[in-house]
Amino acid sequence: MGKIKLRNFHQARWDEPIIFELSTPGQRGILLPEIDDEIVDRVGDAEEIIPKKVKRNKKPQLPELSQPQVLRHFLRLSQETLGQDINIDIGLGTCTMKYSPKIHEQFVRNPKFSELHPLQDEETTQGILEIMYKTAELLKEISGMDAFVFQAGGGAQAVFSNASILKAYHTDRGEGDKRTEIITTAFSHPVNAAAPHTKGFKVITLMPDEETGYPSIEALKSVVSDRTAGLFITNPEDTGIFNVHIKEMVDIVHEAGGLCIGDIADANGLFGIVRAKEMGYDMCHYNLHKAFSSPHGSMGPCCGAQGVKKFLEKYLPVPVVAFDGEKYYLDYDRPHSIGKVRMFYGVVAAVLRAYSWIVSLGADGLKEVSELSILNNNYLMKRLLTEVRGISAPYSKERFRMEQVRYSWEKLKEETGVGTEDVERRCMDYGLQEFYQSHPPYLVPEPFTPEPNETFSKDEIDEYAEIMKKVSQEAYENPELVKTAPHNGPISLIPQPPITDPEDLIVTWRVYKKKKGID
Amino acid sequence: MDENKKIVYPYMPNSVESIKKEMMDALGIKNMEELYSYIPEELRMKGKLNLPKPLLSEIELKEHVEGILSKNISCNEYLSFLGAGCYRHYVPAVCDEINSRSEFLTAYCGGTYTDHGKCQAIFEFTSLMGELVDMDVVALATYDGSQAASTSLRMTNRITNRNKLLVPKTMNPEILAHIRNYCDFMTITQVDYDPKTGQMDLEDLRRKISDDVAAVFIENPSYLGFIEENGREIGEIAHEHGALFVVYADPSSLGILEAPANYGADITCGDIQCLGMHMGYGSGLSGYIASKNEPQFIMNFPNHFYSLYENEKGEFGFSRSLNQRTSYGSREKAVEYLGTNTGLWAITAAVYLSLMGPQGMYDLGKNIISKAKYAVEVLSSIKGVKVLFEDSTNFKEFILNFDETNKSVEEINKELLRKGIFGGKDLSREFKELGNSALYCVTELTKKEDIDRLAKELSDILS
Repeated sequence: MGKIKLRNFHQARWDEPIIFELSTPGQRGILLPEIDDEIVDRVGDAEEIIPKKVKRNKKPQLPELSQPQVLRHFLRLSQETLGQDINIDIGLGTCTMKYSPKIHEQFVRNPKFSELHPLQDEETTQGILEIMYKTAELLKEISGMDAFVFQAGGGAQAVFSNASILKAYHTDRGEGDKRTEIITTAFSHPVNAAAPHTKGFKVITLMPDEETGYPSIEALKSVVSDRTAGLFITNPEDTGIFNVHIKEMVDIVHEAGGLCIGDIADANGLFGIVRAKEMGYDMCHYNLHKAFSSPHGSMGPCCGAQGVKKFLEKYLPVPVVAFDGEKYYLDYDRPHSIGKVRMFYGVVAAVLRAYSWIVSLGADGLKEVSELSILNNNYLMKRLLTEVRGISAPYSKERFRMEQVRYSWEKLKEETGVGTEDVERRCMDYGLQEFYQSHPPYLVPEPFTPEPNETFSKDEIDEYAEIMKKVSQEAYENPELVKTAPHNGPISLIPQPPITDPEDLIVTWRVYKKKKGID
Repeated sequence: MDENKKIVYPYMPNSVESIKKEMMDALGIKNMEELYSYIPEELRMKGKLNLPKPLLSEIELKEHVEGILSKNISCNEYLSFLGAGCYRHYVPAVCDEINSRSEFLTAYCGGTYTDHGKCQAIFEFTSLMGELVDMDVVALATYDGSQAASTSLRMTNRITNRNKLLVPKTMNPEILAHIRNYCDFMTITQVDYDPKTGQMDLEDLRRKISDDVAAVFIENPSYLGFIEENGREIGEIAHEHGALFVVYADPSSLGILEAPANYGADITCGDIQCLGMHMGYGSGLSGYIASKNEPQFIMNFPNHFYSLYENEKGEFGFSRSLNQRTSYGSREKAVEYLGTNTGLWAITAAVYLSLMGPQGMYDLGKNIISKAKYAVEVLSSIKGVKVLFEDSTNFKEFILNFDETNKSVEEINKELLRKGIFGGKDLSREFKELGNSALYCVTELTKKEDIDRLAKELSDILS
């Protein structure tokens, strides 16, 4: 492709009413079969079967619509949503918005999968158990860990499950009451602090060295003690910087009697390059909806694949898929298990997609994924830092980054008054999804974290860079244009201070109506 | 295949060598390794991952994966009476149509402007659920029903500052196991039940409750299928002691059964898989939590809230609100951790409830409760088969007891399987006191002939 022509994008704008406003009494969206006459003859009218004490007094005030109107309403809402499939979704970094192959959707919608009940006799689920077992085997090779389960319904739940194992491990060794602290880093995902805290651990957060962007060894040494239960760490961190001291940090924690839990939610820069095992992790997790291509589904469903070393395998949530040489089965006989973190076996659809993705790529393909992610990222970084006014990328400036970069629009803000939120909204007028600013804490001012994974073309990356260049130029020349964006969005800009008082919360139509005095 | 032939991967546009070279030139590097050569040697992978030879073409991949899936036998092929937390309900075609849309399927965490439609659909989910459970506050769906129950109970700990829980002895063991892990600092006591009805034993509840109990939790309908009729009394007993009342309610029952809020529930929770999701071997599960509209409840939800706002033009917008509660807002200072959950299922449930409307949910409830009664009557007339808790009314599930036959549930289920039927879930290990019993399930998809066929096969097997 030659010169990039920026789009004059306009998002669908339907002014679509809330579904309750579309209700017409008496309309029906779908009918059920009549109850068989012979059943009615035998058991009588259903009204008489319902116990009087708990019979619903007043029907739920759901809207009443015909089928085409329901379809049209939700199709319009879908058009007012920028899914990865229709935009250059480089912006949502830390999320690995990669292409989810359409053939996988055929697999998960195949009735041989979609109509399986989780409690069917194993004789009738050998296919799906084989997929689960083999996916665990593949992840064992990719990570170097010894066992995997897929029960967690997302990465955060997998971190919680790892925190549960950590607690069980120390409790079994008689140190449960003593080892009450975990250590994490400020650029590790927030759940590395929040999930262990939910499990009852006290959290110590290491701040980054101003030069490198990751904590110094001395900082770690100063907080490690016999109270240390473990280290929860994301590497590469949110900055896209690979912490080259990771093994040394892990060794320090191990020497102090703690375990190390790696958050590999975003594995996109690591396939075939660095494994969890060599970093010394005792436990880790992958988000199958990120690097392993399962679609994000408007925030799930998804899967946190949880991997552990042999000595922790006995604690994994039940059941574990096993193979006796002839058949696959669900092993519940695990007395040391932490129990359950989710019902049944997790979001197996994500496992099916991850399996399909891995076997379609193989070892060379996986390495290509990571190398191209890193190449794309550094190519974009070079363009942004050399061509876009007002942007910078703090820390480790002499090195290439891994799969993403946390940039700063601080200079732009100082010089034009246009901040990262304004730029983010303006990007939409060029057809882009918003970008991810930062997880807390906001150590990088006016942050911006794009992730140009392997499924974006050079042309798309160039278009993305050109858009940033253009928006920056607009900020310098006509800041109001950027501050009042989006101009072509599904709704007008509505300056709105964030809601911080529960009295202001309106999460149901009935509350809106009450506040407005509408019946 | 020529080993040296460079592969161009269809999902990776820049795998074309000339493009790669152009980009490497821009960075001034000669080979890809230079990009990460600063990573210490001892951490770097030596050699190649040992993975199977790739199935590069879509044709080979499709053949391979469908070949494995073909080893499964689904509930479309065999007649299923399995429930126990995952249900075969009818999925309207419009639900699949909407959740297949690329825009929803591949969106993620975009906000007010870029994902206005998604935000509105989520607001409609919480609004529709609010009507179904008759409560003002509903959060974006969580992982599944057991997480919803676990979080609801931790909320009661934060609200009351107490750490004892009373739960029914009849409850779903998977959910109980989840709660035991998630609420491991809380003391869980199980309340007995009336052996004739399964209903919570109110005397035992009165004996066990005290002023340091955070919550009394019930399921309605129960995991074991009966409708709990004493919700009001249970709620009153809880409230007399300053405890909160949490009800785990099956949404598919709420067209005919009273919303728990109207018999005293402070928090209602459960699983929405029944509202338009395929089972997918358990993939379709998704949890909901609803509460009273009081700040102490609202501020203790760990989940996302999509709040509606309006401008002077009358346009509605939606924003993620009260983020300070969540770990996306304040890391470990959050009330609990939060992560990506089940947004697509929330949107699907919104579609389902919009299609069904009040009459649809009423018809659904009537359909299921009638079939459950029919099944109970027909199956209990088989020699040696007893229905437990026969003095109660069953909604979707019921217990068949085979103590008076000479066969175990396992044996019976194996024989049913040979006849193309998935029998009920074996309860003999989870609920020893119920003897040789199984939990059977019927839904609107179960036909009269299906129940009659089961009765005939069971009669043959047991004769």
